[in-house]
Amino acid sequence: MINSDTTILEKEPERAAASTPVSLARRIGGLSDRAIAWLFITPTIALLLAINIFPLIWAIRLSFTNYRANRPNAVLENVGLQNYQRVLTDSDIWIAMQTTAHFVFWTILLQTLIGFSLAYLIDRKFRGHAFWTTVILIPMMLSPAVVGNFWRFLYQPQIGLFNYIVSYITGVPPSSFEMLGSVSLAPWSIIIVDTWMWTPYVMLICLAGLRSIPDYIYEAAEVDRASAWRQFWSITIPMALPFIMLAVLFRGIENFKMFDMVMLLTGGGPGSTTEVASITLKREAFESWRTGRASAFAIILFVAVFGLANIYVKALNRVKQR
Amino acid sequence: MKTMCRPLLGATMALGLSTALPSLAQADELTLCWAAWDPANALVELSKDFTAQTGTQMKFEFVPWPNFADRILNELNSGGKLCDLLIGDSQWIGGSAENGYYVKLNDFFDKEGIKMSDFAEAAVNAYSTWPKGTPNYWALPAMGDANAWFYRKDWFSKPEIQAEFKAATGRDLAAPTTWDELLETAKFFNGKEIDGKKVYGAAIFTERASEGITMGATQALYPYGFKYENTPGKYDMDGAVNSEGAIKGLEAYKELYKCCTPPGYTDAYMGETLDAFKSGQAAMAMNWFAFFPGLAKDENVGGDKIGFFVNPKEATAASTLGGQGISVVANTDNMDGALAYIKWFAQPDVQKKWWQLGGYAVHNDVLNDPSFKDSQPFAADFLVAMNQVQDFWQEPAYAILLQSAQKRFHDYVVADQGTAKEALDGLVKDWTEIFEDEGKL
Repeated sequence: MINSDTTILEKEPERAAASTPVSLARRIGGLSDRAIAWLFITPTIALLLAINIFPLIWAIRLSFTNYRANRPNAVLENVGLQNYQRVLTDSDIWIAMQTTAHFVFWTILLQTLIGFSLAYLIDRKFRGHAFWTTVILIPMMLSPAVVGNFWRFLYQPQIGLFNYIVSYITGVPPSSFEMLGSVSLAPWSIIIVDTWMWTPYVMLICLAGLRSIPDYIYEAAEVDRASAWRQFWSITIPMALPFIMLAVLFRGIENFKMFDMVMLLTGGGPGSTTEVASITLKREAFESWRTGRASAFAIILFVAVFGLANIYVKALNRVKQR
Repeated sequence: MKTMCRPLLGATMALGLSTALPSLAQADELTLCWAAWDPANALVELSKDFTAQTGTQMKFEFVPWPNFADRILNELNSGGKLCDLLIGDSQWIGGSAENGYYVKLNDFFDKEGIKMSDFAEAAVNAYSTWPKGTPNYWALPAMGDANAWFYRKDWFSKPEIQAEFKAATGRDLAAPTTWDELLETAKFFNGKEIDGKKVYGAAIFTERASEGITMGATQALYPYGFKYENTPGKYDMDGAVNSEGAIKGLEAYKELYKCCTPPGYTDAYMGETLDAFKSGQAAMAMNWFAFFPGLAKDENVGGDKIGFFVNPKEATAASTLGGQGISVVANTDNMDGALAYIKWFAQPDVQKKWWQLGGYAVHNDVLNDPSFKDSQPFAADFLVAMNQVQDFWQEPAYAILLQSAQKRFHDYVVADQGTAKEALDGLVKDWTEIFEDEGKL
């Protein structure tokens, strides 16, 4: 019976092909199916080359020159590795990289911990859990521009709700501290907003991981009298780990390029306290107009993110294979 | 033959019309680009006369100040055709002249009899010439401006406050004339309760992203003796940029920021200082003269409640230059129309109306008019300020020079990093590197 079914299934594509009135290839000037396939995907590939690959190659080319976009008539000179050398020895750029690393570390840590905890709670399916899931997801549905401006008001020392809540809890006068204007608080103000906005995203991915764990594994653990704590550490965490790692990868890449939120909230200030790498890059490219040097910096950032992401994906694959 | 000729003639005429129509449409229309602020509205009103006289429709592209440089410089760099006329910032003139973005106007001025000697010398030097001080004109002075101060005259005239001030300082309460007095007055008002509300000493520029803190800090640096070079044109900055006076000036600005600004004013520019003053939070505030007509008319804080004063002196009298010249964009498709607008705008009558509508004309016929000083409560201060203005670098590399200043000043004043000397030494180092890259050192 099984054999006869298999035979039927194997013959199905052939039957379908035979039932097609006339081969498409014959109708389009005798082109082969492969040629037609190429015909269809060529526009997409051409578009990708034009908007992704060509600018990348062009940026690589510019990174070895003294080109400045605000001086189109100036003579273009090859400067070899000078731009790369200057970027890698620029102390301001290294400070910006450290600031970026600080943001990436803390935002990922907080978002993973809170996101997983929320997913774990939502997965319990309590009464009204669907409603609360929707409520929790609202921040990630908002535009970063709206979120940035919204939090600027919340952080306003004289009229901001955030300061009043902190004041209510701690007793400190609301206008006695400035979340966006203080050197020590400004980095945390951005971390708080990013965590508020993107924790739901991590929660969603973790929730998918938790829902993918079959119930029978927990049932078997119950039969073996495994405690809830043991089940959590031996079943839940290992089986949800690939999903958590995926969320960390996505958020890590996103936060490495963090720009909009920082620009809207602090503009990189006070001073250069919150100036992340993407803001330094923007200033170099579109305010200082050192296009060659900015291209070198962009290539270095690209290689760094690409390299780190590759190492991480390999680690992720190893975890999945276990 | 006749039958063949008709269609041919028709086709030729159609072709001719189709090519002529766009240029006709362009000839009847001009786009003027500027920042979006109070004087821009006055210019729209003024330009209606130009349209009435010439039939040329005026279109305006006004960009908010924080994005003005980014938007317009991108437009110029990319060879865009958005603007036929541009009222661009004074610092752009070097780069725009050297990169061929602006039309050199010398021949046109000679042909039309427009004399630069008819305009205030400081304005011509700042808004029109490149290289600086040479008779090479790339713009017509359009809008004179300088950084100045305004204060709550009603608070200053309260007898109880005057008595308290006299007891505290030993002098009468009045608009400050030196930076020491400015600091003293700001400290006096800071934290005081007036009309049941806590008020602050002064609202000043601290903005980081574009030019704010540099325009504010130089308002203190110049009077204390800051210079860009020891010898003009030599780029010898060590000892000028970081002189003893300059260090004191930067320290004074930081002191004013630390002691007396309203909470949260860590990234404040024009809009924020106006808000602080209009909402009754600040006793004094700095801003450009361009906003003063609006402030004088303000229902809540204008009229008798407001007073104006020119930037206080210290070692010397100086004010930070604002303002712009109007240039013809080299890429325009309507060169004749754009030049016609410049010719019209340069007329003394138009300049007088420009001042009446709220624009800051710098034509000598306007400034030297005996009634000028009394025409507005800030007109006399404007005359004083325009005679003592100093401007930031107007070099082609001004954008990079400005970014270095923004970073160094904000790091020191707002983020509290390092000393004033370290900030200014760092600035000399940054600027030296930039001029070396430019091949000027």
